[in-house]
Amino acid sequence: VAEVLFFIAATGAIGGAYGVIKDWNPFYNVLALVGHLISLAALFLLLRAEFVAAAQVVVYAGAVMVLYVFVVAYVGGSAEPMRRPFAPGLRGLAVLFAVVLLIELWSALLGTGLKALDGEGAGFEEGFGTPEALGEALLTKFLLPFELASLLLLVAAVGAVVLARRRTGLEDQREISVGDLMRTGSRDVTGGEAGTMIEAGGPPQR
Amino acid sequence: MSIEWYLVLSALLFSTGAGGILVRRNPLVILLCLELMLNAGNLALVAFARAHGNQDGQIFALVVMVVAACEVAVGLGLIVAIYRRKLPIDVDELRELQG
Repeated sequence: VAEVLFFIAATGAIGGAYGVIKDWNPFYNVLALVGHLISLAALFLLLRAEFVAAAQVVVYAGAVMVLYVFVVAYVGGSAEPMRRPFAPGLRGLAVLFAVVLLIELWSALLGTGLKALDGEGAGFEEGFGTPEALGEALLTKFLLPFELASLLLLVAAVGAVVLARRRTGLEDQREISVGDLMRTGSRDVTGGEAGTMIEAGGPPQR
Repeated sequence: MSIEWYLVLSALLFSTGAGGILVRRNPLVILLCLELMLNAGNLALVAFARAHGNQDGQIFALVVMVVAACEVAVGLGLIVAIYRRKLPIDVDELRELQG
């Protein structure tokens, strides 16, 4: 049964990956990635990683992909007017690189002398991969990485807000952003510098 | 089911993502291909965790998920900022990040 499930999930994962790199509407790319992630969650279940599989479906295929769908809808799904052809041979070169990478990875994997890779995997104790076991490991053995991950999430959230905030139409024309502070370095940006007014009034139309 | 099969699949997915990054020019799709590569790494980590009967690899996979979420947030923020400035959404045109 495990073999059948593996091949079904692997086919779904490969098909989803192909849908992601296929040259069509970005909206379909995102939907293909959702299918890919759900197939991967099935593979995680086969590998006895219950909590990772649940997090994959809930966090990844749920929340992160919704963010993608929002941005695709905002930027415009079909906004891909880039029909200019590649430089001759460049596309073939890219595919060749991918194939060479694949062959290298496969030869590294299959040529390895690791005995453990041949079998079904080592034995494991009761509760392997359950939320209880992972939670206990996260709060005891891996407490520092856990806290660092939460700090990284906080930094990314603040960074995303700073990057994507609306610069035009500020109520206060003198309001400055972190980007201005970094750009102007040590100069006094609040001192009526002309650059800040231009920035607050929006970027010059190109 | 031998653990090797999972690793072979993981390598295939990783090189699919790498090829996609080289072939596509829409930064949104390039972010999606990055997700493919990160998830291929996750699959390998979970497979190795199963091979050794040790769940530390699964913790590593969870941390990779956190990093991927951060990358998505910042990358999508960049794309929204690029769109607001009416720059072309094409990585061949966007050669510099300076505003």
